[in-house]
Amino acid sequence: MTDQPFKPRDLSWHPPAYFADYRSTHLRAPTQPLLQMPQTRTELTGPTFCHQMLGPHDDDLIINYAASGETAQGARIIVHGTLRDEDGRPVSGKLIEVWQANAGGRYRHVNDGYLAPLDPNFGGCGRCLTDDEGHYSFRTILPGPYPWPNGGNNWRPAHIHFSVFGDGFAQRLITQMYFEGDPHIALCPIVQSIPSDDAIDRLVARLDMARTVPMDIRAYRFDIVLRGRNATVFENQMEGT
Amino acid sequence: MGLKETPSQTAGPYVHIGCTPQIAGLEQRAMGDPLGATMVDDNQDGINLSINVLDGAGDPVKDALIEIWQANPQGDLAPSEAFSNWGRQATDLASGVARFETLKPGLCGEQAPHILVWVVARGINLGLTTRIYFPDEDNISDPILALAGTRAATMIATKTNDGYAHIIRLQGPDETVFFDV
Repeated sequence: MTDQPFKPRDLSWHPPAYFADYRSTHLRAPTQPLLQMPQTRTELTGPTFCHQMLGPHDDDLIINYAASGETAQGARIIVHGTLRDEDGRPVSGKLIEVWQANAGGRYRHVNDGYLAPLDPNFGGCGRCLTDDEGHYSFRTILPGPYPWPNGGNNWRPAHIHFSVFGDGFAQRLITQMYFEGDPHIALCPIVQSIPSDDAIDRLVARLDMARTVPMDIRAYRFDIVLRGRNATVFENQMEGT
Repeated sequence: MGLKETPSQTAGPYVHIGCTPQIAGLEQRAMGDPLGATMVDDNQDGINLSINVLDGAGDPVKDALIEIWQANPQGDLAPSEAFSNWGRQATDLASGVARFETLKPGLCGEQAPHILVWVVARGINLGLTTRIYFPDEDNISDPILALAGTRAATMIATKTNDGYAHIIRLQGPDETVFFDV
């Protein structure tokens, strides 16, 4: 399948569907190879979002679940970066959604019964749109590591989940962001299901002192890349089918 | 500039917090409305589409997130006030069934009416893309369905009293076709 509007996804770069050390994949990984298909108008398009769909504090997890005048507990951080495609072009106006555990490693979710207490002022849900230069930014607190059932002594590194939309559904992506220096990154089967250290490194956010606000809040930078496109093919395909 | 796509990771069991917070129990959140929960405005009668995801043991996957993207009845993929073309639901935490109210898509060029379906969950490392076709449409000349050969039936829904039902099987002899798009 050459000359597709979106460049092919390098499946050897992503984690395989089945990964022995990540137990939940055992009954959920398809056993048949993915079937190659030509991209049609359905895969080249996708939903669009605008600021009117979002609330004024959706990008500020420090206050968006907090009682009036209060803030979430934990180390205050900015998480920001640029959304680009594989050709380096900024991808603007796209929805980025995040969710995470609180500072103690507990999720505000009916199915999470971890020992660490809920923070009454933290929900763990945020979202924003990338700006004209593809940039996004959230304020939140540093999430805590937590244990999870995988048949052993398994702890997730501190992480933030990201959901990202592109121009077409073929670019749709969910991933997780980790923090530089976390020793759990090397021990976590979910992280290590990614085949190469180079690919894993793309998910590790760096401390960004340039954006850190003195006496207020530290910043971490996490850039995100979506699939690129073969520009001339893209236009033709959109008109044809 | 040649960059590599950001690697995928599983959505995990708590995907609801970020994508369907009403399911997670974030009742007092000071945020805008959940996105994708409503596809059809109040002036139209939608059809019900229920989707079940089954694992390799045949058990329902009760922590999946499903997004759908489809044409409107005129075959158009441009969202409007009346119809969003895009919907997002979690499989029910108890029953494992995801329920959408949508409109039946129309012919989309040379393609038979269809719905793109994207599934993420704990244990799914890269979001899975499949399609739903309709048992009461002429699917014979659809070019994508033809690619699936004898497995095409895994992408055809079942008619119900008030719409359609579909089962996505992650493994097994009737494993659903998933695409490398």
